[in-house]
Amino acid sequence: MSDIAISFMSPRGRVLPVATIVAAIVVLWYALAVLLNWPQVTAMMANNGQTGTTPEIIGATWSMERPVLPSPHQVIAEFWKTTFEVAPSSKRSLLYHAWITASATMLGFAFGAILGMLLAAGIVHVRTLDRSLMPWIIASQTVPILAIAPMIIVILGAVGMVGLVPKAIISMYLCFFPVTIGMVKGLRSPDVLQLDLMRTYSAGDWQVFWKLRLPASIPFLFASMKVAIAISLVGTIVGELPTGASGGIGARLLSGSYYGQTVQIWSALLMAALLGSVLVYAMGGIERLTLRKMGARV
Amino acid sequence: MPSDGDARLAGVSAAGTDLGASVAGDVVIDIRNLSLTFQTADTPVHALSDIDLQVNAGEFVSLIGPSGCGKTTLMRIVADLEQPTGGTALVNGMTPQEARRKRAYGYVFQAPALYPWRNVLGNVTLPHEIFGLSKDEREQKAKRYLELVGLAGFEKKFPWQLSGGMQQRVSIARALSFDPAILLMDEPFGALDEITRDRMNEELLSIWRKTRKTVIFVTHSIDEAVLLSTRIVVMSARPGRIIDVIDSTLPPDRSIETRESPAALALAHRVREGLKAGHSYD
Repeated sequence: MSDIAISFMSPRGRVLPVATIVAAIVVLWYALAVLLNWPQVTAMMANNGQTGTTPEIIGATWSMERPVLPSPHQVIAEFWKTTFEVAPSSKRSLLYHAWITASATMLGFAFGAILGMLLAAGIVHVRTLDRSLMPWIIASQTVPILAIAPMIIVILGAVGMVGLVPKAIISMYLCFFPVTIGMVKGLRSPDVLQLDLMRTYSAGDWQVFWKLRLPASIPFLFASMKVAIAISLVGTIVGELPTGASGGIGARLLSGSYYGQTVQIWSALLMAALLGSVLVYAMGGIERLTLRKMGARV
Repeated sequence: MPSDGDARLAGVSAAGTDLGASVAGDVVIDIRNLSLTFQTADTPVHALSDIDLQVNAGEFVSLIGPSGCGKTTLMRIVADLEQPTGGTALVNGMTPQEARRKRAYGYVFQAPALYPWRNVLGNVTLPHEIFGLSKDEREQKAKRYLELVGLAGFEKKFPWQLSGGMQQRVSIARALSFDPAILLMDEPFGALDEITRDRMNEELLSIWRKTRKTVIFVTHSIDEAVLLSTRIVVMSARPGRIIDVIDSTLPPDRSIETRESPAALALAHRVREGLKAGHSYD
């Protein structure tokens, strides 16, 4: 895993493949914009009694105010304007909304990671929990989050919790699961000899946990935390949708769809993707530092 | 070796009385009528049957026999890692469980069983960390035993940076680090190449000379058993039982070359005969 990660991270190994994919996506995107916006443009021109040449129509499909699919340069322009040209404290700033979402994501991830680890420790050590808890944990993930998110918001709102925490709880609900699964696997990863060794020292359960099971589980934990933090972001955005929240990437998506502002929706989506990448890469960085400290060949 | 380290290592009985070490000649491990039957789905497997064995303090006893003869199982019973279904085993006059609680023995496994996230020093200090010794004290002790197994200067290395032989030496240092009076070794050199194994055998001889611990040593190798042991216990499989117990006629001062002496060859011959007899039985 580490070798691939290193070659992927090194500048010379990364630039060419990434640039190729980006170029392919951009070309495809422009083509789709022409295809999807064409009927609207020609209808508008017909209304105004105009007939455009093909290049004129294509040009128009790339510069509509409310296109079905905005072209990349429109999204980039909107993204640039709302990110860098507006004060970050303004409600029109994408950074403002991104920060609201990011803080709820990180809080939800922290809740979820702690809950996931506690559940895993319980499952590994208490036989009854192993049998009784696991089916519920799996069932919890089969419930569509879109269905229960509004209910969580309403219930927590009734007890006076609004704003950051309800969103964090929705994201926790989604992201504890991979942490539990990975951590259970990790806590059970020590082999028979490593466990027998502890027994020859008459080590207590607590010592076996701290000195053997927990360190052995760390690589598993990080693998699942990278999944969890990405899911946590999705959970937060979903949590922002039904709240009529005034801020956050989810709120931005919602208001964009109210007013048919597709350019705004797409630039918010771009911000969500960037935020997700930053969070996952940051987690990867912490992983490498931790594992290096634990003597791994990274 | 610094002389003060030597003195401390030699003074096992003084340092080790609280660990239950006894004066040379006393019976340290007393196994009577021991048997172990595993209940499997179809037929019960008689892993051990009617084992009688007494090991005196300071002895080096090898258990040799074919795979499946129960030699490892026998040692695991002594270590309280396995429960017999019949008979008794006493370690320092206590049940194996009590002996384990009093940390009477150090166990060296077939594989080094090092914790990969700990460096060499961290692996050797592990037992003392569990026993609750202060950091300074456990590191001091660990360094002394790392020096004894020839790994001074490797404290900061991680297991993957060491060869198989070096890893096994770390695990021997770890077993010795809390100065148990008894050392249980389960084919510790089985996975090593012949050349490394010879060197490890010589090192083990010298460690045993310095520490005079009671050693039980499980092996597949006749050469190894002959070279190291003061007594060789030959076992056979299905049911696991003792075929022959051979007192070594070799002088206490031994080296790899001792294996080629007439006395050693005669011993090896007798071991081989015993193994053959055990084999023809089934």
